[in-house]
Amino acid sequence: MRSELQLFPDAASSLAGQVDALYLVWAAVSVFFSVLIAVLLVFFFVKYKRRNEDDIGQEEREAPLLEIAWSVIPLMICLVMFVWGTRIFFDIYRPPSDAQEYFAVGKQWMWKFQHPEGVREINDLHVPVGQAIKVTMTSEDVIHSLYVPAFRTKQDAVPGRYTTLWFKATKAGTYHLFCAEYCGTEHSRMIGHVIAMEPRDYEQWLSGSPAGKTPVASGAQLFQTFACDTCHRDAKDPRPARAPQLAGLYGRDVTFADGGSAKADDTYLRESILNPGAKLVAGWQPIMPTFQGQISEEQLAALLAYIKSLEGTPQQASAGGNGAAADRGTL
Amino acid sequence: MSHAVSTDIHAPSSGTNYLNNGYGLRSWLLTRDHKRIAILYLISVSVFFFIGGIMAMLIRLELLTPEGDLLQADTYNRVFSMHGISMVFFFLIPSIPAVLGNFLVPLMIGAKDLAFPRINLLSWYLYIFGGAFTLWAMIHGGVDTGWTFYTPLSTQYAQGQVMMAGIGVFIAGFSSILTGLNFVVTIHRMRAPGMTWFRMPLFVWSQYATSLIMLLGTPVIAVTLLMLVAERAFHLGLFDPRLGGDPVLFQHLFWFYSHPAVYIMVLPAMGVVSELVAAFSRKPIFGYKIMAVAVLAIAVLGFLVWGHHMFVSGQSIYASTVFSLLSMLVAIPSAVKVFNWTATLYEGSVSWDTPMLYALGFIGLFTIGGLTGVMIATLGIDVHLHDTYFIVAHFHYVMVGGTIMAYLGGLHYWWPKITGRKYKPFWAKVSAMLVFVGFNLTFFPQFLLGYMGMPRRYWSYAPEFQVLNVLSTAGASILALGYLLPAIYFTWSMRYGEKAEDNPWGAVGLEWQTSSPPPTFNFHETPIVTHDAYDYHHQRPTIAAKGEASLG
Repeated sequence: MRSELQLFPDAASSLAGQVDALYLVWAAVSVFFSVLIAVLLVFFFVKYKRRNEDDIGQEEREAPLLEIAWSVIPLMICLVMFVWGTRIFFDIYRPPSDAQEYFAVGKQWMWKFQHPEGVREINDLHVPVGQAIKVTMTSEDVIHSLYVPAFRTKQDAVPGRYTTLWFKATKAGTYHLFCAEYCGTEHSRMIGHVIAMEPRDYEQWLSGSPAGKTPVASGAQLFQTFACDTCHRDAKDPRPARAPQLAGLYGRDVTFADGGSAKADDTYLRESILNPGAKLVAGWQPIMPTFQGQISEEQLAALLAYIKSLEGTPQQASAGGNGAAADRGTL
Repeated sequence: MSHAVSTDIHAPSSGTNYLNNGYGLRSWLLTRDHKRIAILYLISVSVFFFIGGIMAMLIRLELLTPEGDLLQADTYNRVFSMHGISMVFFFLIPSIPAVLGNFLVPLMIGAKDLAFPRINLLSWYLYIFGGAFTLWAMIHGGVDTGWTFYTPLSTQYAQGQVMMAGIGVFIAGFSSILTGLNFVVTIHRMRAPGMTWFRMPLFVWSQYATSLIMLLGTPVIAVTLLMLVAERAFHLGLFDPRLGGDPVLFQHLFWFYSHPAVYIMVLPAMGVVSELVAAFSRKPIFGYKIMAVAVLAIAVLGFLVWGHHMFVSGQSIYASTVFSLLSMLVAIPSAVKVFNWTATLYEGSVSWDTPMLYALGFIGLFTIGGLTGVMIATLGIDVHLHDTYFIVAHFHYVMVGGTIMAYLGGLHYWWPKITGRKYKPFWAKVSAMLVFVGFNLTFFPQFLLGYMGMPRRYWSYAPEFQVLNVLSTAGASILALGYLLPAIYFTWSMRYGEKAEDNPWGAVGLEWQTSSPPPTFNFHETPIVTHDAYDYHHQRPTIAAKGEASLG
């Protein structure tokens, strides 16, 4: 941590350089126009200073070309910057497919992280350099915002839903991690560090940390504990299914009893656990109880990790296990 | 506007005017005269400016050091919340419309008063009533939600008097709605003969555009605050995901009003600056019609850009893309206005009087505020800059560098008309310079802090941010002095200032053709307008005196 005057932040992610380039070009454009206006104002102010008390200004001259120029040029600049800025924005918010999935929960006033290997951290997040990392996050209470200035990225953590942020660290080092969305008394203490390490150091750090179960393993256990498996039965189970098959569900389209449909993503799975009646899958009875208030954010995340890990082709499995349901358009 | 006036409207300044027409407290508190109501607003918004200013000084003093050492964290949070609430809802929004607009709209269009004088008085009482609720909340512990009241912090987790403050802002909103209504009807129905739409001063155009936003936008914030208060009181679940609500819904509703509210603050300032630039260049504003249309365009576009406050909220990235593009479009009419003001000086007869210094300060600072606004409308940059000091710097350039500069410039320009007295130009120029220097020293370092990554609303911060924060606090001290001086010499001038002529600046415009201060019903005879606004050529002004040289 430095204490001397610094005027530009560290740049330590794969996208930081692009954001800086965009910013510096915009800053140059802004300085150009600000100086242009200031120079013209001061020049006219001095040159056309009133000499006699009852002088009046010259009559207005028409200058249509000038007017077109100073409408069209700013518009062109804005459009170019809009396209450039939007491309970077899409890069910032669309994680690459090889990203490692981390999980974060914000609560007043701390950040809780979990690595895919199961290691948990509070306020600090160790990551390997050169590896794309996707952080799926939510909040237990108010809205927070995960912000790493050196990576030029931030994302609000919103209670009741999942949001994601991704980055790829390019330089080993310790960087600020801030809560950027005002969240109450200790908002300015809801801070920590991202520690980017060379992959070998990271492996070493991981092996030296008390690794809990992986999210998938604890999710599998929770699946039993909450008795999910009594209805969401395995495809090989000879008994008739009482609820949709979960294997291979993640990422597919689901049709609902009311005719609607949605992609089975994190948000959908979350809602289906907390409020099962909201989007009832076509062909099934609304027999699932709500788990609202009985399951923590970390447990939910583990369950989701487990469900995502289940591979299979549920349509066929489902047809084998419960032909009637399949005929009525299950999943 | 050169107004060939049907009869002599130059009433002797020694006659009765709106100020000496009754002296008792009743004659003020029950007045229906738009000019007296403007004075009531002037006093009350100044009180809130002073309160908000003290809060600002506390914020800057706390941020002198990285450790949170002057105030407790909770106290700091309450201080910045009350700074925002006082300044936005009780100073900036009413400042130019309710003080200068109230005083000038009827004078500028040649009307005797606003269309609904009693409703105008009611507006002021609603403002005071709302202000009283908010002050009560402030004294009884304040609120620590920020002026933005984001849910679910404000509905479930925040301590303090959130409901009282919310109700205060809710009530004050009706004051805005009624003022907007009054201006719209007045401008439509009460223009003097010959005062066609495209002869109206640009200040009137800006008040018209602002009034439309007040009428259409304020009900939305009123409903939003009611939802907030109801949610906090009865836990309806509107914004609580556990009950099926959506916390982000609040942000959509809040910014649907509060972004247009930025234009409630800055459009009237643009109107003031147009008046100042024309009067002190003795020239029509370059591209008058485009300037009039531009304020309307900004008012309309202003309703379509609220989502740019929510680029990192988890809103769809496609929605963000649309909001980004629309936000950039607002830059075009704004840029045109800046270029047109600048072009107006060209071949003008440019006076160096104090109001012109404020006008030039406005143009420069608004340019920086506007350009940085387009920067943060750019999606790729906003992800990094959102909720940092860059945002704080940007909106202070627009609201303080823009609106307050224009408000002060307008006060200096119309002061002789409002009070019939002159102030000391020397001190006025000193204060204008202090404000300009102090402002830039306070807020420019915050752009750098923002890009460095210092989040806003932080009570303590990382040590590498300190140097820039010290500069900012030093600037704030200069700025405070710059704001105190006018309070002193304006107060002084009301009692000891020399009597002002009817038209001390040699400006055209109906307000300068009546006496200083104006009679109760503004004009002895209804004026008839025969020329365009700012037509210095066809009616060389009857110059009674020539600028501040004579003001001393």
